[in-house]
Amino acid sequence: MPVKYAIHHTPAKPRFRPIGKLGIVDWREDCSSCHNCVKRSCVYRLYRDEADTLRDEVGYLDYIYQCKGCLSCVQNCTKNILTRVVNPEYRRLGDGYYTPDLVLSTWFQAETGKIPVSGSGYGGPFSGPGFDSMWTDMSEIVRPTRDGIHGREYISTSVDIGRKLSHLAFADGQLKVDPPPLVETPLPVIFDRIPQHWRRGAVMTAVTTAAAEIGTLVVLCEADIRENEASLRGQAIPLLTTPPASAEQPGGSAPFVMIPDGPDVMAEQAALKRDHPARIVAIRIPAVPTVAGRVAELARDGADVIHLVFDSHGMEHGSSQPRHLRDVLRDTHTTLVRQGIRDEVTLIASGGIAAAEHVAKAIICGADLVAIDVPLMLALECRLCGECQHGQPCPIALEEIDPLYGVSRIVNLMAAWHSQLLEMMGAMGIREVRRLRGETGRCMFFEDLERDTFGRLFGKRKS
Amino acid sequence: MSREVRPAPPRYRNEIGKYSIYRGPLCANCGRCVEACRHGVHVRPEGYLHVIRPYDYRCIGPECKHAGCFCIDACPQGALKLSINPVSETMGDRRWTPDLLMSTWAMAETGKPPGKHLESEVGDSGGGFDRLRFRFPDSPPPGLRREDISTRLPLNRRGDSRPGITIDVPWYGGGMSFGSTNIRALLGKARVAKAFHGFTSTGEGGYPERFVPYKDHVITQVATGLFGVREETIRRAPIVEFKYAQGAKPGLGGHLLGDKNTPSVAAMRETVVGVPLFSPFPFHSVYSVEDHKKHLDWIAHVNPRALLSAKVSTPIDVDMVAVGIYYAGGHIVHLDGSYGGTGAAPNVAKKNIAMPIEYAIGRVHRFLVDEGIRDQVTVIASGGVRTPADVAKAIALGADGCVIGTAELVALGCIRCTACESGRGCARGIATTDDELLEKIDVEWCTQRLVNLYTAWRQMLVDTLYRLGLDSVAALRGRTDLLTHLDYENEA
Repeated sequence: MPVKYAIHHTPAKPRFRPIGKLGIVDWREDCSSCHNCVKRSCVYRLYRDEADTLRDEVGYLDYIYQCKGCLSCVQNCTKNILTRVVNPEYRRLGDGYYTPDLVLSTWFQAETGKIPVSGSGYGGPFSGPGFDSMWTDMSEIVRPTRDGIHGREYISTSVDIGRKLSHLAFADGQLKVDPPPLVETPLPVIFDRIPQHWRRGAVMTAVTTAAAEIGTLVVLCEADIRENEASLRGQAIPLLTTPPASAEQPGGSAPFVMIPDGPDVMAEQAALKRDHPARIVAIRIPAVPTVAGRVAELARDGADVIHLVFDSHGMEHGSSQPRHLRDVLRDTHTTLVRQGIRDEVTLIASGGIAAAEHVAKAIICGADLVAIDVPLMLALECRLCGECQHGQPCPIALEEIDPLYGVSRIVNLMAAWHSQLLEMMGAMGIREVRRLRGETGRCMFFEDLERDTFGRLFGKRKS
Repeated sequence: MSREVRPAPPRYRNEIGKYSIYRGPLCANCGRCVEACRHGVHVRPEGYLHVIRPYDYRCIGPECKHAGCFCIDACPQGALKLSINPVSETMGDRRWTPDLLMSTWAMAETGKPPGKHLESEVGDSGGGFDRLRFRFPDSPPPGLRREDISTRLPLNRRGDSRPGITIDVPWYGGGMSFGSTNIRALLGKARVAKAFHGFTSTGEGGYPERFVPYKDHVITQVATGLFGVREETIRRAPIVEFKYAQGAKPGLGGHLLGDKNTPSVAAMRETVVGVPLFSPFPFHSVYSVEDHKKHLDWIAHVNPRALLSAKVSTPIDVDMVAVGIYYAGGHIVHLDGSYGGTGAAPNVAKKNIAMPIEYAIGRVHRFLVDEGIRDQVTVIASGGVRTPADVAKAIALGADGCVIGTAELVALGCIRCTACESGRGCARGIATTDDELLEKIDVEWCTQRLVNLYTAWRQMLVDTLYRLGLDSVAALRGRTDLLTHLDYENEA
């Protein structure tokens, strides 16, 4: 029996004091020091341990991170001088897409490798744009495969990357065609090229080593390949950006390479395969409004792998009314299905994949797998403050990161994502992530439910 | 049990309100504020010279300025300051806004609808119940009196040999297991169920002996874990509920973390102390409607007097599931929407799996009508029902009644800090089995808070029915014509 794929995680505490959501503020000059107060009754012992905490270098501001927000201290204070506030630093975290909540959740996963679990119900909005307008489906009776999570059966998260044959041909009982080469990744997530402003210190070493450790692939540019050759162990996808892409470039001899789209891209692909027919070539395309047609064209012409690149918020490029990855992927996938060539090409989507749920949802919409970059940096405690892009010092000194520590944080994040993917697939009753691709029957879209439910009652929805 | 409303003051010294009143050192204790305020914010106990610290959670804010009872204006020294309480903005979330939390606390304390200064009907989720509104006619029909409006709900519509159970209000308490929740809170739920001739559910943590005095109002839940389920407890129950899934974590089963599996919980569940407990999902003996029917038949034979309920979550085919429950012999179809409460669930599940209850109710109602069986089965909705307005909207969409859970816990002081799964459990002593934290609440107080909440809810529901011109809650079922949606063009 094959060994079940698992990502082993070890706790990796933050290097810097994390930014918590809530803080307790007191007005000490009014404190009666009655010693009968909540400082001794906090069930999480934060105040009880105050003296000890103050002695270490982290200091009492730790409360802001550790406070669970039960309000007992505020409500029990003898003189009502405690109050709770939202940490202003928390409000400044991330942006409208990488929300403070999402950043904190990513940090938690990178530290522990565990799935964020909480009590009480969901407290967020009813729905939202993009991925937040999708709910995955389940069924009470026949579908679920919860056993896959607890080990009695397998849920496979592996995907094959490369071109596939539309059909097999046989002659005299023998296979008449050569199957194209494929690469299998155990997780439908690869690491995308990390933007320049984050490629500092040992960051790329941490990213590439983490990719090797979990068995996935990482897209690297030429400089990264030179610097990290030792740690690659065959996991790299060199991005050959110097046109025309050729096998002579650094990394050009790799068995799996990526090239940008262009008018002669199929000729470049052919050139790259000439010396090494087993090489897989991925074509990287910015997701513009006409991308579905371009993908279909490339797929018909024999592309192996197509990598659709969205902006960091998952929106398409070059449009005054950009669509979200969700809609572009559905459009692209459907176009390929209609032309009968969907199964022949592998689609990778990147940009805006910010959480584990996005992996499942992007695959439901039609991707085979996704590529990520920003979440990897969040795992390394990045606060998305953008200072580095302006030449300012990084508040978490990313350039000083210990590569081994970075590896453990990234591996932890992927372990948590893997577990969450299993949770979602288990609920959907899907045993292989390959079967989830384009399986919109396993999800519900906001607009469909609104139309079928409220639309028939209330008419037309306001735009 | 008595339904009498009695004040049930908050158990913490400083209750959180929307406004904050600060009395500065200039105060001369003249007592003008005590005379001015009609809401009990300023109090000078008899025989005392000093006005005590303001009960500012009772303050309704600057709107009393227009009523001539504004303490800030009344103070000759200018010693009082009114501001928005900064804590209020840190509480709650989009679904349970600070206003909803505080209005629920106010109802639990007083048994009356909260003041207009608090938004007590809708949250800020931006969809579903929060965007639905009633279309009230200009005036109710002459002759309709509030006291004649019926809120009773029959649960057995099959006309079979089983009891015709009717509850006084169209909602009852949801399943919370012994283990996930403090026994005192659970007893409070059982006692209010008795007071209102309603029900509460055991959840799947077994049947505590302390429930026995209230057994006619306790639903036994049977889930895959079968924790503490015995024929004796099935025979005892007037309703037996099969839990196929729960809305907060559909497709994932139950999970009690090890820290909450204390000796008493382990004894009840016949398991080992400290071990995390999973209820696997789904029932591995159920792969078809026929299998489901076998389940219900088993219960029907063990307890010939019980009504049969099936609790399901809300996948796209929830309408088919509901019909299956009916044909298998179920009396109650309990739909649990995806935004319901839970003791512990992966966040990814709470947010993403299955559809909100607002969609599911209409689908099921319509399908049952089309099948011609709507009047033979009771549809109960849960999972995001927070207020009497939500109950009314759920019924107008097509449910017969609702199950509530989180609202009851909020009445007991829950602030939705979402830490109920952690370690010792709830720091406020509600969702915990820790002996020390358990001491934070007592059964009498829990009962009174819930009696008050139910009373206020009933009053608000009756008021809604009165304004709609309906003489019973049954007449509201499926009346989507009385609803409007703020996001649609034909909004009234």
